[in-house]
Amino acid sequence: MALTTAPGPTRRRTGSVPTPAGRRGVGRARHGDGLAGYVFLSPWLLGLLAVTAIPMLLSLYLSFTNYDILTPLPEVEWVGFANYERMFTADPSYWHSVRVTLTFALVAVPLKLAAALGVALLLNRAWRGVGLFRGLFYLPSLLGGSVALAIVWVNMFNREGAFNSLLAFFGIEGKPWVNDPDWALETLMVLAIWQFGAPMVIFLAGLKQVPTELYEAASVDGAGRWRQFVAVTLPMLSPVIFFNLVLETINGFQGFTAAFVLSNGTGGPVDSTLMYTLNLYITGFTDLEMGYASAMAWVFLIAIAIITAIFFSTGRFWVHYSDGEDR
Amino acid sequence: MTATATPATAPAATGPRGPRRASGGGQAVRLLILIAIVAVVLYPLFWMIGTSLKSQEEIVNNIGLLPNEFTPGNYVDGWTNFDLSFGRFFLNSAMVSLLTVIGNGVSCLLAAYAFARLRFRLRGVWFAVMIGTLLLPGHVLIVPQYILFRSLGLVGGEWPYLPLLIPQFLATEAFFVFLMVQFMRGIPKELDEAAKIDGANAFGIFRYVILPLSRPALVTTAIFSFIWTWNDFFRQLVFLSDLDDYTVPVALTLFIDSTSQSAVGPMFAMSVLSLLPVFLFFVAFQRMLVEGINTSGLKG
Repeated sequence: MALTTAPGPTRRRTGSVPTPAGRRGVGRARHGDGLAGYVFLSPWLLGLLAVTAIPMLLSLYLSFTNYDILTPLPEVEWVGFANYERMFTADPSYWHSVRVTLTFALVAVPLKLAAALGVALLLNRAWRGVGLFRGLFYLPSLLGGSVALAIVWVNMFNREGAFNSLLAFFGIEGKPWVNDPDWALETLMVLAIWQFGAPMVIFLAGLKQVPTELYEAASVDGAGRWRQFVAVTLPMLSPVIFFNLVLETINGFQGFTAAFVLSNGTGGPVDSTLMYTLNLYITGFTDLEMGYASAMAWVFLIAIAIITAIFFSTGRFWVHYSDGEDR
Repeated sequence: MTATATPATAPAATGPRGPRRASGGGQAVRLLILIAIVAVVLYPLFWMIGTSLKSQEEIVNNIGLLPNEFTPGNYVDGWTNFDLSFGRFFLNSAMVSLLTVIGNGVSCLLAAYAFARLRFRLRGVWFAVMIGTLLLPGHVLIVPQYILFRSLGLVGGEWPYLPLLIPQFLATEAFFVFLMVQFMRGIPKELDEAAKIDGANAFGIFRYVILPLSRPALVTTAIFSFIWTWNDFFRQLVFLSDLDDYTVPVALTLFIDSTSQSAVGPMFAMSVLSLLPVFLFFVAFQRMLVEGINTSGLKG
């Protein structure tokens, strides 16, 4: 069939490897499919070009200029590496925002994943109402990223908020946590941890994939619960842990909404919630230093790429894939 | 085999997937712990609703969850707090969210079909690029996108939502493309072949095989698109500048600006209302949402 449809010259290209007729032959009718492929792909390609690629290149160019939105683009002044120099050597608030972001991610992500895994283990063993619990735990992940919930959160940790009422119940005197530079970021961490439902759902699905026989074999060998957790559950779950870790870390670096709401867009009190993306927003859209903000965006992108690469290169030491199936 | 080796008296030592019914006592304890966690997790939501119904005086003095006297007036005050009715912001948000749903649904489905089913030059390269954009933080592109859209006269223009919507009609939400590709790979290839024998070309197969069978993936995409856009703040904050055009999240921040204590009740009332659509979606589609993150996230 492939032979009859394909004329001479094409035949030589596809024909060098003898294709088993039928399906593969039809699938390989490159020409018709090729055109259709690009027709279907055209919106995506246009988006890639106009919304992603060109803006990225423009941003790279702008990062070497002192562009503010007010001067027309053609008259923009090339400043070389001045923005990058300023970022790395002369801008303490930049480094402060890096520290804030790293602290946030390093504390909130592991705690969030630990909560997610812990609750997933509890749920995995329950035999009743799993669906209901799973849904209720997932709800905060749907609501938590909104401005509305950030508003609630800020008020909850304010002087008259619910958290202080709870402390008062135990006879502890609270304070306006969100106005305290030592505690404001912590309240945002708690908000992030509160949204443990999404990774928990993924953990639960992963736990279901662990073959029962492994636990049976382990218990035959006399392994107790803890030993089973360490020797069976953790390794079998490591691809899911890896996935959640990468995803949540990248998300953690991008926290914006809650920090914006807590500080009314300033990163306060005393820059304690100046997350990287908030700093970028202030630089670009409040101070209108769009050249400098572009440089910050590029460093952010490269940093995230490096961190992801580190995750993937260390992954092979601790992520266990069972015999490459499903890939 | 293992069953004979395991002493029947040691049910507690079996793993999570062991006997479905572990000891009753253990289950009861587990259930209590779970209920306690649910209480902690849901407390902020109940507190939010309770506070939205408290009078100004009670917000300061009554530390309990429920108001002594229900004050629905906060909802009226919040609704009319600005020069515009808050309903305007809801309409704006609904319009942006619904158009995003349509844009994502159509454009991502087309791209996913190409990736999942069609063979064409450079497909592998484009697919890798698409996966790459999956991890690209939106914050990185916001400055140049703003500059480009502004130079085209689209920011604060005739219809200020174009900068929010154009990307959504160009399949830039790679997550949904990926989700749909994964879904389509599960549709049996034999159906394509059958249609092909009946004379269908790539467009016919899309129209009569893939499109009807992709409905579950489309529904998942629609729900997530709606919720994410409804909740989105960053892009709407950057691109919307006139009060008339504000969406709900941007309008809510106006309450923070007017820091006076008297606004807390109305602010909470409007916050509750703003979460209501998401909550309703959650109630209606809970199962689908939870399964949605599974198929997209796990299936490698």
